[in-house]
Amino acid sequence: MLDADFFRRWMAATAASVEREAERLTALDSPIGDADHGSNLLRGFRAVSAALEKEDPRTPGAILVLAGRQLISTVGGASGPLYGTLLRRTGKALGDAAEVDEAQLTAALRTGVEAVMALGGAAPGDKTMIDALSPAVDALDAGFGAARAAAEEGALATVPLQARKGRASYLGERSIGHQDPGATSSALLIAALAEANGE
Amino acid sequence: MRMLINVPETVVADALRGLAAAHPELVVDVENRVIVRRDAPVDGKVALVSGGGSGHEPLHGGFVGPGMLSAACPGEVFTSPVPDQMVRAAAAVDSGAGVLFIVKNYTGDVLNFDMAAELAEDEGIQVAKVLVNDDVAVTDSLYTAGRRGTGATLFVEKIAGAAAEEGQPLERVEAVARQVNESSRSFGVALSACTTYAKGSPTFDLPSGELELGIGIHGEPGRERRPMMTSGEIADFAVNAVLEDMPPRNPVLVLVNGMGATPLLELYGFNAEVQRVLGERGVAVAHTLVGNYVTSLDMAGASVTLCQVDEELLRLWNAPVRTAGLRWGM
Repeated sequence: MLDADFFRRWMAATAASVEREAERLTALDSPIGDADHGSNLLRGFRAVSAALEKEDPRTPGAILVLAGRQLISTVGGASGPLYGTLLRRTGKALGDAAEVDEAQLTAALRTGVEAVMALGGAAPGDKTMIDALSPAVDALDAGFGAARAAAEEGALATVPLQARKGRASYLGERSIGHQDPGATSSALLIAALAEANGE
Repeated sequence: MRMLINVPETVVADALRGLAAAHPELVVDVENRVIVRRDAPVDGKVALVSGGGSGHEPLHGGFVGPGMLSAACPGEVFTSPVPDQMVRAAAAVDSGAGVLFIVKNYTGDVLNFDMAAELAEDEGIQVAKVLVNDDVAVTDSLYTAGRRGTGATLFVEKIAGAAAEEGQPLERVEAVARQVNESSRSFGVALSACTTYAKGSPTFDLPSGELELGIGIHGEPGRERRPMMTSGEIADFAVNAVLEDMPPRNPVLVLVNGMGATPLLELYGFNAEVQRVLGERGVAVAHTLVGNYVTSLDMAGASVTLCQVDEELLRLWNAPVRTAGLRWGM
């Protein structure tokens, strides 16, 4: 079973990997975006860490809802509402249970990813976060390690794609050949899930 | 790259403190990042709220004041502001007559303003939204995030602001804003990339002797790169791109807009070429504005925006305005 501590570790591991990878995310955002994805997420996850410490929510759902709200209130751009909605909707789907099992988390994450698709209008193959998140949720039944591998593979697979959503889409064919920064940060979020599970 | 800043993290807050010091007619909430005209809320009048990433100054904060915006929400550099800012701005300026959100069409701006509109309505504020999407360089809107909002934002904010100042009701102000957007088209070129503070180096690599055609205002590269062209050749390309998309029937307002690092001397020279092309194409010019209004940090280059105006829009354009960035008649 996954308890509140697990979800706290997940958010902490995500914040730590965003700290580590911020420069790389910003560099990926430079040729096909506006060179700030890393610094924006850094601001957001620092706020998440501070809020979790201050408000000390006690259930998995409450932790993710609070984290999502912080991202919406601090990140801005498209990634604030999108990542904020992902965590908020996943958290709401978990309800107020003190512990959840992996199947419940998978179902809740699927709800969260669907909410992101509805909000941003992106489908798989559009060169967005969805290209990492969607295969990761599909692979979650096989464990956190499998989900991490699927997300990383999904992020890498955005390289040859032409962007159809977000700022990279303005480049048309010139967006081809670059890894999508949003898919890359989504892979970090999923990798942190495995890390929280000690994998 | 040498920049006149303290540290990248405080660039926006520092600028807001400076704006407040220079413009006592504005209320600048540095912590919550909201710029409000001091006499807001104005009784019985519709309020206009806009916002977007910083780095486009004087847009939007420089357009707050009588005859234009009621409030602006500056985000981080090139990053949409957050819903909390927009709701705070709406609450500060709503007189009960409603608030019009003017939103440039970028995924982040649209998502955050949508969330803010919902939250503001929960607080009992009547909200209408108008999207600005005038950039003809983005052609295929089925496979992109749609056309970007660029230079036409100035026309929308000025003309809708005049309608609101006259006391027109929300649905009229919204209709005017929509008409201005639908009557406007833009095309921009970059002679250099810009440097964001987060990255500290140019956002894209543009070899000397080349230029980017069809750029946006966020340091994103354009659709096409070509060997350097003369001011006259660029004017031909840009004006024709606009006219191809919007064959003119009425006289136009012309905005020859600098991207931030191109000297006014060059912008005026470019304007002469723009006027030449318009003359050759038989387009009547009602009024021309030349300067840095919708910028992209230190990018060199320019954009051309044409807005077709009927008598009513022209009357509203000429109405008095008093803001940090645009001022006449009062």
